[in-house]
Amino acid sequence: MITFMNNSDSEDEPCNERTSLMSAESPPVPSYQDGMQASETGEAQTHRKRQTGSSRSPNNVAEGNVSDSGVRVRESPLDNEEEELTLKYGAKHVIMLFVPVTLCMIVVVATIKSVRFYTEKNGQLIYTPFSEDTPSVGQRLLNSVLNTIIMISVIVVMTVFLVVLYKYRCYKFIHGWLILSSLMLLFLFTYIYLGEVLKTYNVAMDYPTVILVIWNFGAVGMICIHWKGPLQLQQAYLIMISALMALVFIKYLPEWSAWVILGAISIYDLIAVLCPKGPLRMLVETAQERNEPIFPALIYSSAMIWTVGMAKPDTAARGPSQQTWDADGRENHGSPSHLDSQISETSHPITSLEELEEEERGVKLGLGDFIFYSVLVGKAAATPSGDWNTTLACFVAILIGLCLTLLLLAVFKKALPALPISITFGLIFYFSTDNLVRPFMDTLASHQLYI
Amino acid sequence: AFFWLVSLLLSSLIWFIAVKASDPHDEPLQKGLLIFGVMFSVLLQEAFRFLYYKLLRKAIEGLVALSEDGCSPISIQQMAYVAGVGFGLMSGAFSMINLLADALGPGTVGIHGDSQLYFLTSAFMTMVLIFLHTFWGILFFHGCENRRWWEIAAVIVMHLAVSGSTFCNPLYVGSLVPSYLLMAAAAVWAYLLSGGSAQNLRRFLLCK
Repeated sequence: MITFMNNSDSEDEPCNERTSLMSAESPPVPSYQDGMQASETGEAQTHRKRQTGSSRSPNNVAEGNVSDSGVRVRESPLDNEEEELTLKYGAKHVIMLFVPVTLCMIVVVATIKSVRFYTEKNGQLIYTPFSEDTPSVGQRLLNSVLNTIIMISVIVVMTVFLVVLYKYRCYKFIHGWLILSSLMLLFLFTYIYLGEVLKTYNVAMDYPTVILVIWNFGAVGMICIHWKGPLQLQQAYLIMISALMALVFIKYLPEWSAWVILGAISIYDLIAVLCPKGPLRMLVETAQERNEPIFPALIYSSAMIWTVGMAKPDTAARGPSQQTWDADGRENHGSPSHLDSQISETSHPITSLEELEEEERGVKLGLGDFIFYSVLVGKAAATPSGDWNTTLACFVAILIGLCLTLLLLAVFKKALPALPISITFGLIFYFSTDNLVRPFMDTLASHQLYI
Repeated sequence: AFFWLVSLLLSSLIWFIAVKASDPHDEPLQKGLLIFGVMFSVLLQEAFRFLYYKLLRKAIEGLVALSEDGCSPISIQQMAYVAGVGFGLMSGAFSMINLLADALGPGTVGIHGDSQLYFLTSAFMTMVLIFLHTFWGILFFHGCENRRWWEIAAVIVMHLAVSGSTFCNPLYVGSLVPSYLLMAAAAVWAYLLSGGSAQNLRRFLLCK
């Protein structure tokens, strides 16, 4: 098993670039701004989420304020109405992210609990060369820290490499790399997964059927992720490959190394996204400068806008909308999930209100976040004590962390790291539930006491 | 749910420390510590319910300030209901899920002389607790809103009573029956507080 893992360095990298969370809007094209100002007086309403200057109540965990507003602050008599809309959609966006994260975690936990393969120790990745089968605790700790250092440095090197490639516009190389890695994920890992699931449930399947199923699954997946496809199918595929990747990590990372790596990678995420010279931040900023979407295979997007019905009967409106169309035209090969960043709502004359899209802007979450959340919950589920309370507690902790992160996103309105808060909560809850709550609940259950 | 979890965490921390600091072979002491742990946990849960209420109050104020017609899109009663449901679901999940996982596997219930109705009674007890948490949420928030301290005290007393009644297990009559009675009472009270009345109920049942 170890030999094929050597090929996995290519997919290691993309999954680590995916650790950022950002609002869905790239800054609009400059010409749009002129267009906007020209037609400002004439329009009745734009369903454009924009950044409001006032600070909203940030402590609304229940509602989950998320706004994916644009970058321009606009004086408008429709201020309050926009905010009202933003709030309503904010809660929707939180749910839109909760559902895929939950689904990914459910898939991972279900697999871990049922398929024995992913909890057996069958060797380690080359990225974690130090074994944890040492007699003393200190040695084990040292080994896990060394493993973490190696893993994190590999991730950093890959990230910097990707950013350098992106800066120097070596798009073909990056695309080839991403295609290769998603190819491997979709075909090889799915094949292994299918094999193990069939083994667990003792279901026989002949090779022609397997070939047919895997070929179709993989081919449709490649098309959906890298080209065009129905949004829900694309989301489903992204969830599936995140789950597969997380399962690989859970299987091949030794116990203590996994926890230390989780902690270290959330710190790295914090640094990489927030520091001015951080690689992820540079990636996002470069993408925004060039007004290009970040690669479709790295980001989960919760919504997109189909550019239908943008009738432009008014010449005043024609200008800016033409420009935004041009910006879109460039991205014709990009996945539709990034159209939304370019579709800043164009100004419309008063009558064509019904042609305006319902606000479909979504929030984007990097796939690496999905993977590491699932790794945390999966590791919690894989603990030898077989306790479900720990899994549940980690799950709730991660979701609350995600909620808080989205809240901060609404407040700060720029790309934010999604890992630190959730992983911190998850780690705290895992260790405390496993060691403190479990004996308590077990004792209560044995006496059948209820609290 | 998160707040309930945090309260559980803190209460188990206290219990754990107490257990570690005491003699593991002293049976009555362990039982006493357990009882103490349960009571303390109940009080902590109610304290966290109160903290959650405070948080939601602030949130509602923010929402009201933002909305154009001066009322928030979600009322405090709805929030009370949701809070209660959250608490209840988390509490129920933590009580039941290990049992359910074990129930899937092989085994005989009560083979060592314990009650054979273990799973059944656990299920009923969990259900009644979930309902009770929901109703307590409504009552508690209503009491906090209208500054009626006796309502809050009643909720705390009820919670303590229900938890205390489980000490009678496996004498299930002593725990299930009072709990269900309390639940019925709390249900009626919460219904009346939420604006229901006998007339509404009749109209609903007769589909007018």
